[in-house]
Amino acid sequence: MSAVIEPPVPSFDKHLEELDTVTIRFAGDSGDGMQLTGTQFTNTSAIMGNDISTLPDFPAEIRAPAGSLPGVSGFQLNFSNHDIRTPGDQPNVLVAMNPAALKVNLPDLEEGGTLIINTDEFTKDNLEHAAYKSNPLEDGSLAGYRVHQLPISTLNRNALKGNVQLSRKEIDRSKNFFALGVLYWLYDRPLDTTLNWINAKFRKNAELVKANETALKTGYNFAETTEVFTTHYTVKKAVIAPGRYRKITGNEATAIGFVAAAQLAGRPLFYGSYPITPASEILHELARHKNYGVKTFQAEDEIAAVCAAIGASFAGHVGLTGTSGPGLALKQEAIGLAVMTELPLVIINVQRGGPSTGLPTKTEQADLFQAVWGRNGECPAIVIAPATPADCFDMAIEAVRLAFKYMVPVFYLSDGYLANGAEPWRLPEVDKLPKIDVRFETDPTNFMPYARDEVTLARPWALPGTPGLEHRIGGIEKQNISGNVNYDPENHHLMVHLRQEKVDRATADIPPLEVFGEKTGKVLVLGWGSTYGSITSAVEKMQGEGKSVSSAHLRHLNPFPKNLGEVLAGFETVIIPEMNLGQLCTMIRAKFLVDAVAFSKVKGRPFQIREIVGKVEEYL
Amino acid sequence: MSTQGNGSGGNGHQTMVDASVSAESEGGPVVFGAAPPPEQLTKKDFVSNQEVRWCPGCGDYAILNNVQKVMPELGVPREKMVFVSGIGCSSRFPYYMNTYGFHSIHGRAPAIATGIKSANPELSVWVITGDGDALSIGGNHFMHVLRRNLDINYILFNNRIYGLTKGQYSPTSVFGQRTKSTPMGVIDYPVNPLSLAIASEATFVARSIDIDVKHLGVMVEAAARHKGVSFLEVYQNCNIFNDHAFEYFTERSVRQDRVLYLEHGKPMIFGKDRNLGIRMNGAHPEVVTIGENGITEADILVHNINLSDPSVAFMLARMEQPDFPQPVGVFRAVERPSYDQMLAEQIEIAIAKSGPGTLEKLLYSGDMWTVE
Repeated sequence: MSAVIEPPVPSFDKHLEELDTVTIRFAGDSGDGMQLTGTQFTNTSAIMGNDISTLPDFPAEIRAPAGSLPGVSGFQLNFSNHDIRTPGDQPNVLVAMNPAALKVNLPDLEEGGTLIINTDEFTKDNLEHAAYKSNPLEDGSLAGYRVHQLPISTLNRNALKGNVQLSRKEIDRSKNFFALGVLYWLYDRPLDTTLNWINAKFRKNAELVKANETALKTGYNFAETTEVFTTHYTVKKAVIAPGRYRKITGNEATAIGFVAAAQLAGRPLFYGSYPITPASEILHELARHKNYGVKTFQAEDEIAAVCAAIGASFAGHVGLTGTSGPGLALKQEAIGLAVMTELPLVIINVQRGGPSTGLPTKTEQADLFQAVWGRNGECPAIVIAPATPADCFDMAIEAVRLAFKYMVPVFYLSDGYLANGAEPWRLPEVDKLPKIDVRFETDPTNFMPYARDEVTLARPWALPGTPGLEHRIGGIEKQNISGNVNYDPENHHLMVHLRQEKVDRATADIPPLEVFGEKTGKVLVLGWGSTYGSITSAVEKMQGEGKSVSSAHLRHLNPFPKNLGEVLAGFETVIIPEMNLGQLCTMIRAKFLVDAVAFSKVKGRPFQIREIVGKVEEYL
Repeated sequence: MSTQGNGSGGNGHQTMVDASVSAESEGGPVVFGAAPPPEQLTKKDFVSNQEVRWCPGCGDYAILNNVQKVMPELGVPREKMVFVSGIGCSSRFPYYMNTYGFHSIHGRAPAIATGIKSANPELSVWVITGDGDALSIGGNHFMHVLRRNLDINYILFNNRIYGLTKGQYSPTSVFGQRTKSTPMGVIDYPVNPLSLAIASEATFVARSIDIDVKHLGVMVEAAARHKGVSFLEVYQNCNIFNDHAFEYFTERSVRQDRVLYLEHGKPMIFGKDRNLGIRMNGAHPEVVTIGENGITEADILVHNINLSDPSVAFMLARMEQPDFPQPVGVFRAVERPSYDQMLAEQIEIAIAKSGPGTLEKLLYSGDMWTVE
C-alpha cells in the first residue's frame, strides 16, 4: 500500500446529518463502470442494514462511442432506514462522469438536488458529443442545484501516478472507484465490503488491486479533507423483519429459485436457453450450479432451447427454458407441443421493450397476451408473475409445483426491471420451503398414457426407461386415455376441453388474492409483476392521508385467483397500471365485465410512485 | 366434465407412486426396482399395436422392417429405446415402434432428442427424419446435433420430395425437377446430406438404400453400435409423388455398375464384373478399369472409415451418377467424446470439487447480514 494513503480518520470538523432515505444515480459512459460502482454502493448499504432498491439503466450497445448520448449508462439506488419498495422516483444525488451523462440524467434530478461532476471530462469535444452549445458548468444553467465540481480523472491520476505499474488508460479505468470513495465518505459508508471485493476480483493482478484500492481510499480521503464538502450524511439501519438477509437481483433469485425447486422436487434441473438480454444472467447463474445436478444447454436457437427442455421433461427432469419477448415468439410452437403432450415445462420470459428487437435493455410488460394466448389452437397454459426481485425465488418454486402437478407448461413472467433490480432478500428457512410432489407412473397394469387423475385431470408421467410403459406421445391429437392418434371430432372436442379444464382446476390450488387496505372503497389499484413496488408505495402513502384506496397484486394471471371477482366488486373504480397498453385490463374487462381503467406507461421505465398517486387522485 | 375417452379401451384407472420412494437422488437416472431378467427379444417385440398408415409400396415400410429386425440384435431393453421424429411421412415412424416414442414438431426432433439424451444418457435415442424435416425447416438443428456429437442415431429418409404435403420439391430434389410447386422446374440447387453431415463434423456417416434390405440392416446396426452421433441417409422411394427417383442407379440390372459398396479396408471396386474401381489422379478421384492400361487392384483406393481427416469421406460424398458410382456404406466412423457424456462428466467434476449442492448451501451463501 502506498505511504501517501492514510486510513480514513473520523472527521470532527464536518457536519454529519441524518437522513431517512436517499436516492443516488450514478451516470457515465458505458465504459465508465457505473453498473459496478452502483452495485458496490448497493452491497455496502445492504450489508450496513439499509433497505435498498435499485434500477440499473444501461444502453443496448456494449460500448457506444465514448462521450455520446446513447452511450450513457446509469444505476439508480434508493437506500433507506425504513421499508422501501422502489428505487425512488427522483434522484436526490446525481453523479455525472461526463457531459453526456449530465445531459441525459439532469432532467430526473430533484429540484435543488446534489450534483457531483467529473469536470475533467467537460472538454470541448465531449461537450459537442453531448450536444451542449455552452458549458453547463459555466453558463449558469446548474444554478438550481448544489453542484460539486471535482476533477476526478486528474485527482485519480495524481494518486496513482508512480504508485502502480499501469498505463494511463488502465489508471483512468479505476476512476469510478475514486468517485465511489467520495460517495462512501459523503454517505458515511465503510470501505471494507468493496475492498474485499477488489481483492477477490483482481487477486491474480496485484497492480490492479493496488490501483483500485488506492483510488477508493484516495477518493474517500479527498472528500473528507476537501472544502468542497462541508456536510456528510448518514442513513441508519432500516427497521425490517428480523432474519438473515442477502442482496439479490431478480435474475439471481430466479436462477436460485429454480435450483431450489429442483432440489425440492428431487429431480435434476435442465435449462435450455439461447443468450438474450435481459435473460442471459439466468443461464450464467445456472451454469455455475452444476454441483446441484443442474444441466445447462446453450442451444443453437430459441426453438432448440425449448425443445430440449421438453425432451428433458419427457425423460423426467425439471424442464426449463428461459428467454425474452422475441425468443418467446420463436418458442411458441414448441410450447404448443408441450401443451399437447401434457408434459410439465416452465418458460421464463424476462420481458423487455417490444415489438421485434424493441428496447433490449429496457423493461416492459407487453408479453402477457403472448403468454396467455400466443399459440395456435386452443392452447391453455398456466401464467404466473413474480412481483419483486426476491419474490422471483418463491415464484420459481411455484412454477415448478404447478407444472408438475397439472402436467402443463407454466409461463413465468419476469421483466427487465425485476431482472436487474436488487433488494434485500430475507432468506427463508429450508424446512419451511414448500414441498414439490413428483409422481412417476411405474405400474404397467392397465397403463394408459392419457389416463386422468381424478382431481387434477393430469395424465401420468411415465419415463422412458420404465419397463412395460412404452408409449408414444406427440403433437398430433390423441385419444383421451389410450393416447392413440385420433381424429375423431368428438374426441378432439373433449380433449380441447380437458386441456382447458386442467388449467382451470389449478384455481383450486392457488392462494386467494389479498387486498392491501380496506376490502371495499372508492379505488382499487390492481397490478401484476414488477409494478408491485410503485403501486404499494403509492397506495400506502394515500392511505396514510386517509384516502379510500386499496391495492391488490396478481401473481397468478392464468388462471386467476378464485376470489378476484369478489375483490373487484368491492370498489367503485378499478385502476390497472401496466407497462403495456392495458393487457391485464382487457382480460379483467372480458372476464368480469368490470369497467376497469387502464393506466399505461410504455417508456421502458417503471412507474414512479407519484405517477400512480396522480392517476388515483383523478378517481377519488 | 367426463374424463372418459370415447371408444377408449382403457378404464381410466391409474396407479401413481411417490417418486421419492422409487426415484434415485438428483443427477442419476431413475432406477425402478431390480433390472428385469435378460430376455431374448424378437422383431415382433418391437412392432407396436398401431396400424401402419404409409401408402402401399412406400419405401418407409422396408426401413421400418429393417429397424425392427435389427433392434433385438442390439441387446438394449425395449424400454430404454426412444424414437423421436419431426413432421413428415417418415416422422410417423415412432408410432409403429413398440418402444418409447415422441412425434414432435417440424424439424425439431434433434433438439427434443438432445434433451432426452442429456437427461438420461442410458437411453438409446433415435431420430427419424426426412429431407424436408432435417434439411429445410430443421437445417439448423441438423448441423448442431451433429457437431456436438450427441450419442444418438439419426436416420434421414431421403425421398427428394415433400410427400405429406403432396408433392412439392424438397432441398434434395433434383435441379430442374417439375413438381406441384415448380411447374417450370426447380431452380434451387440441391443439397447433399452427406456433405453437410461431414462438414458438420459428424463422427459416423453412412448411406443405404431402402430396397437393398440386407445392406440397410447392416448400416442400421453399424449406426446403432457407433458411440457418438451416427448419421445414416437412406434413399427412399416415394411411389406416389416421386416414383423411380433412384431407379437410375438402384434398379437391379444397373445397380452393380452404378453403386459403389464401400467397405472398410477393401479397395473401392464395383461393377458386374468387379473390374471397375476408384483411383486417385492427383487430387481428384477417377473411375478406372482394372486390367486396362496396366491398372491393377493395387492402384485402387482402399477405403478407411477411421481417418480423422474428413477429406476423403467428403470426396466420396461428392461422387454422383453419372460420372461416378453412387457410394453407399459407411463413409466415416471416428471416435470423440460425446456431448451427453461430457455434460455428465462436468457435473461429476463439479460435485467432486464443491460437494453436492444442498438447499442450505444454495440459500446461505454470498454476503449475508442479520437483522435482529
